[in-house]
Amino acid sequence: MSKNTHNNKIWLITRREYFTRVRNKTFLLSTFLLPLMIILFIAGSVIVASQGKSRYRIAVIDANGYFKNYLKTDSALAFDFSPGIDTLNYADKGCTAVLIIPLLPEGQKTIYRLKYKKQLGLAAASDLEQRIGNAIVDHQIYEKTSISRSRLDSIRKNADIAEMHSFEDRGTVAKASSQGASTAVGYVSGILIYMLTFIYGAAVMRGVMEEKTNRIAEVIVSSVKPFQLMMGKIMGIGAVGLTQFLLWVIFLFGLTLVAQLLIPHDVMREVQQLQQANAMGNISAAPVSQTAQKVSQITGFLSAPNWGLILVCFLFYFIGGYLFYSALFAAVGSAVNEDVQEAQSLMLPITMPVIFSFFIMTIAVQDPGGKLAVWASIIPFSSPIVMMARIPFGVPGTVPWWQLALSMTLLVAGFIFTVWMAGKIYRTGILMYGKKPTWKTMWKWAFKA
Amino acid sequence: MDILQVKDLKKYFSSQRAVDAISFSLQKGSIFGLLGPNGAGKTTLIRMITGIFYPDEGEILFEGRPFHPAKDIVHIGYMPEERGLYKKMKIGEQAVYLARLKGLGKQEATEKVREWFIKFEMQSWWNKKVEDLSKGMGQKLQFVTTVLHEPRLIILDEPFSGLDPVNSNLIKDEIYALARKGSTIIFSTHRMEQVEEICDHIILVNKGRKILDGSVAGVKQQFKENLFSIGLDDPDAASLTTTTAFEIVGRKEGHLIVKIREGYRSNDVLSHFINEGRNIDAFTEILPSLNDIFIRLVEGTPLARQFQPVTA
Repeated sequence: MSKNTHNNKIWLITRREYFTRVRNKTFLLSTFLLPLMIILFIAGSVIVASQGKSRYRIAVIDANGYFKNYLKTDSALAFDFSPGIDTLNYADKGCTAVLIIPLLPEGQKTIYRLKYKKQLGLAAASDLEQRIGNAIVDHQIYEKTSISRSRLDSIRKNADIAEMHSFEDRGTVAKASSQGASTAVGYVSGILIYMLTFIYGAAVMRGVMEEKTNRIAEVIVSSVKPFQLMMGKIMGIGAVGLTQFLLWVIFLFGLTLVAQLLIPHDVMREVQQLQQANAMGNISAAPVSQTAQKVSQITGFLSAPNWGLILVCFLFYFIGGYLFYSALFAAVGSAVNEDVQEAQSLMLPITMPVIFSFFIMTIAVQDPGGKLAVWASIIPFSSPIVMMARIPFGVPGTVPWWQLALSMTLLVAGFIFTVWMAGKIYRTGILMYGKKPTWKTMWKWAFKA
Repeated sequence: MDILQVKDLKKYFSSQRAVDAISFSLQKGSIFGLLGPNGAGKTTLIRMITGIFYPDEGEILFEGRPFHPAKDIVHIGYMPEERGLYKKMKIGEQAVYLARLKGLGKQEATEKVREWFIKFEMQSWWNKKVEDLSKGMGQKLQFVTTVLHEPRLIILDEPFSGLDPVNSNLIKDEIYALARKGSTIIFSTHRMEQVEEICDHIILVNKGRKILDGSVAGVKQQFKENLFSIGLDDPDAASLTTTTAFEIVGRKEGHLIVKIREGYRSNDVLSHFINEGRNIDAFTEILPSLNDIFIRLVEGTPLARQFQPVTA
């Protein structure tokens, strides 16, 4: 009976925490506004990026005399070879930068320089460098063979005939993979875990502070154990987070269903044929329509990641990471008083590893097999965020099973530890008013009381 | 029968001995005053009785058996001095929630809340939030949530703070009614006149130790100074004489205040004045108030102790 009432009380507290939040208007609002804001943010940044691409006008002072034949003006870069231009007046003549190319003798590295007042974008600068390199090669081919310039141009144009598609090797079957899709999914999962950890961790902390400043804490702990109160709150708020996430998944799933219904039936059949051919590595597949190819590209992009595994892992790492951090947030909430600034200074050691994990995550999506990514995805402090960034790249290809198992085991051990420690701090902190405790006193509450 | 027995209870914190070997027992149905200055250890003592703290040493017996917090807590109602409610939660829901945390079923809890709300004329509050209530109304609600589950032991820490005289009386009557129905009440306060009025039995703690234990009348007898007030027709007359039996220590509102010396009785005073031919119209013993006793006993407690936080 005692065991039963014990669980029953946690359950009562969990339900209160859950329903008071879910019934609140802000829950509905945030559930629908947050994805909307993310979509708007992405759409907005794409639009800004596509429009904000500036066209650079570059003056060229060429001692070799042949570059004007190879550097052609296009939408990104414009070249000005007019003889009156020099390093002093290029800006007045409407140029962004001036390129000074000295004589380039064969067989030795010679430095050419770009002078500017306003720096070129990274993409434009590397584009320029590549074009100059191509120009030198083209010029040498032209000089040393008898090929005409127009022939050389047309060969270059017609040579753009191959495109790489990559497949993940899984023994008997090869699955279409996409660097882009994996990176995007990894990135989004990482950001989502990062955001949810902060949003719901902070909610736990605020909830604990509220109970303490309302002075209801002592009333409640005369009915339940402090640990039950803490766990009920953590579980209730976690359930709110899961509900929110589930609503998003259902929303997305519905959206893709609607999108598929809108695609004509025969196009879908062609798409299926194409995908089968791709999967079997069949090069001489029957030619299909342009629309089918486009749709196939999109659905291929969407079906490349292993969604089932990603979803399961996401739930695991969300719950694990949430428990790990929200317990720490609860401990901080119990230790401080009304003062928000006090809370912020005590929060710092908790928020630092989360923010740090976020940065490691941005590196991990670039190099998911790198040493940093691997270790950060195993250590519980950063594993929820970093591992979720790696998983879309493939299990057991990029993430071997042993790494996943080790990471999950350590995370479970990690949150058991933080929950236990937070329980000890919470038990004392929740009934303490007055001076803000130092780290030393909190350490004493956790390990010596 | 004793509902609660506390034996040699100790709780030491790093900075001080919060509760240092306190023993007392509590008769069923009695109203018990737990007194002491700030920082005396009352809150720590109460927290051990309510299962919030574990004692370092000693024993608590609840209804004759060793106190088992998880099980016995449903029979205790505790209204702490630092108390509050969820501000944004509806009042009816909140009362039901707190009752369910004490182990009541949903239906039973709802019925009980309705009964008490009717009794205290709070029916119209059900869907209001605590933030909409005045402080006094909040205190009433807090009292209801404390006693709703019909606890056998009710612990009230400064229950009247924030209440006007009308609501104070309402709560006071409810306390008497609960005691009549068999609940035992521990009443902790600094307001000595309330203690004299309400309590049957008191203990006084200071610096973590029990320094006084007894019935209110008994304690007053124990601390009496053999002072009597005598109503005489002309108490200011210069011709008044004394004997070895007593000395005159003062005059107040037409009364003479005398202190009877060791070995003499009140009749010796009366017969003296009768023999003098004086007309006596009143003769009463002056007993010390609990307030006087309290101040006498705890005077000299260093202030430092009062401001030390209670830490575990």
